[in-house]
Amino acid sequence: MPIGSRRPRIRRRVFAGAIVALVVLALMSVMVGPRPISLESALAILSEGVAGSSGAAGRVDGVVLWSLRVPRTALAVVVGAALGMAGALIQAVTRNPLADPGIIGVNAGASLFVVLAVSVFGWSGVLATAGAGMLGALLALLAIVVLSARGRMSPLVLVLAGTALAATVGGVTSAVLIVDSDAFDQVRFWTVGSLAGRDPDLVWPALGLVALAALAATAIAVRVNTLALGEDMARSLGTSVVRTRTIAVITVAVLCGTATAAAGPIAFVGLTVPFAARAVAGTDTRWILTLSIVFGALLMLAADVVGRAIAGTGELEAGIVVAFVGAPLFIWMARRRSVEHL
Amino acid sequence: MSALRLFGERVSLPVRRRLVVVLVGAVFVLLGGALVSLYTGNSSIEAKITTGILIGDYAGASPFEVFTVLDVRLPRLVCALVAGFALGVSGALFQELTENPLGSPDIIGFTGGAATGAVLVTVTAGGALVGTAAGALTGGLVTAALIYLLAWRSGLDGYRLILVGIGVTAVLGAVRAYALSRADLEQATAGLRWLSGSLTGRGWDDVAIAAIGLVILAPATAALHRSVSRLSVGSDLATSQGLDVPRARIAIAVVGTAWVAVAVVVAGPISFVALAAPHIARSLSRASGAPLFSAGVFGAVLLLLADVVALRVFSPTQLPTGVVTAVVGGAYLLWLLQRLRRGTA
Repeated sequence: MPIGSRRPRIRRRVFAGAIVALVVLALMSVMVGPRPISLESALAILSEGVAGSSGAAGRVDGVVLWSLRVPRTALAVVVGAALGMAGALIQAVTRNPLADPGIIGVNAGASLFVVLAVSVFGWSGVLATAGAGMLGALLALLAIVVLSARGRMSPLVLVLAGTALAATVGGVTSAVLIVDSDAFDQVRFWTVGSLAGRDPDLVWPALGLVALAALAATAIAVRVNTLALGEDMARSLGTSVVRTRTIAVITVAVLCGTATAAAGPIAFVGLTVPFAARAVAGTDTRWILTLSIVFGALLMLAADVVGRAIAGTGELEAGIVVAFVGAPLFIWMARRRSVEHL
Repeated sequence: MSALRLFGERVSLPVRRRLVVVLVGAVFVLLGGALVSLYTGNSSIEAKITTGILIGDYAGASPFEVFTVLDVRLPRLVCALVAGFALGVSGALFQELTENPLGSPDIIGFTGGAATGAVLVTVTAGGALVGTAAGALTGGLVTAALIYLLAWRSGLDGYRLILVGIGVTAVLGAVRAYALSRADLEQATAGLRWLSGSLTGRGWDDVAIAAIGLVILAPATAALHRSVSRLSVGSDLATSQGLDVPRARIAIAVVGTAWVAVAVVVAGPISFVALAAPHIARSLSRASGAPLFSAGVFGAVLLLLADVVALRVFSPTQLPTGVVTAVVGGAYLLWLLQRLRRGTA
């Protein structure tokens, strides 16, 4: 572990580097796809609107860029940031480095409610499904928090309980989908976890919700920090444990519900991103949160670009790419002895 | 042999006899479930006619009724029994292997591996039964080898094995989701049904595959029984008794994975039966050691009951059996974890 005085400089450098990488990736994201767009033409269109394009081919480029690529890129950034932040918060609250919204069943809860909203109530609007997703995420989180509140739960038991919860909830989801094949057709691309073909109107509501949640997370960051010292210590430092936990859980539910409604159930972003953020930021929750937001956006965007770049005319869904990156990290962490005792 | 005491000292049953009583009870439950699944269904057939068809007296039965009983309901029943038995045995084998009550093949991820192998074969080479069986077996074995390799770190720790299994399962899930999203809707719906673990549409060729598996695996398992019960007292003691522990472990892993593959080919990846059956067998019979056979019997009981429920709950729409086992089994696992934490299990 580096000496404390060097930590701030490293944090700032990594943060700056990640922002630069994010801008570069965002540019690549608007260029890469079934219709490649050159850098000059992309920059011209971005700076001057569709007017920046010349000729018929240029005009098509302009339309593709503004109506498909830019919303998709923005959505990747928002979803990634949301999942990264949610992972950092849930790991801090449960004090469990293996807690990931996908692994502990939160995404499964969100999925079930989104599917119910589509199938039973016939909702398809963005806010309706996002709201349903949030409610499902909240209920799943409550179940996990209630389970882990009775005495300290070891990371392994929490993961297993989450797996069991995800299996139960997932079973109900498949039952609904099998009975209602129209709903299945609507959600089967969504259940892979993808940013392809999303409604551009999703971007602004999702951004708003995630920004709200980010404000809430910033407000409780210091208190979450003291919570990491243990409940008794936190209480003696004047932190209201119950209120902090409640705010954190609701924030995570908003983040996971929004991300799941927008991009489908995506696992492992919430696991890998806080892990990397902790490696850079040490124990300060404010920095862990900040870096998790940037890293999450970076990972999601990278997964989306890679998925589009390697699959030729089709694409590999971002959720699948992320699983291939995140699962090996999870396995590596599981192999380390210290996991049991964190 | 220890004895179980009931009502003070007046009634005392040796444990072995208790096991027999429990198994006889299980057989009665199986018979009841078999009657329900043979005599009831979406097409209502009179009980007298069904009995006639079953004993070979087709008088008064329409060809459709004969087909329904002999080629729909009967093979489905046999498949449920065989797949349940296979899951129970494999669960007991893997729990002994990992020395962990949670070390069943569905939690560790072998079931997912077998399912992924079968799905990949179906997508790339069409759904021929032999190909699916080979795919399931290969997928299960490759996944098992991979998980063991990744979990190995100067020894095999049960908990590490489970965590690594969860990670590998996630990757396999991503692969299956990808394969499903590439198929057309009809194939994808069939795929989803199959992946949830379904006994709908099982025929006699499925039974034939299962029978081949049984004929090969039953003697192999019987031959393994000695080393399994020696391992159940702990690997150190087993080594001191002259057992080649690494070799025995590999043999158990191969046979256990083969049982999983049989179940996956016949019924798809059914979850939680392999986890719960050995626990039920052990706690009801209170026998020490490896309850291989009784775990198999209770696996058959669980799967048959789940299948009956799956057929009846949303009738006439049939749910895949695996949906029922997932919902009930997940809740069971949550309960089990609470008990394990309090140290009462």
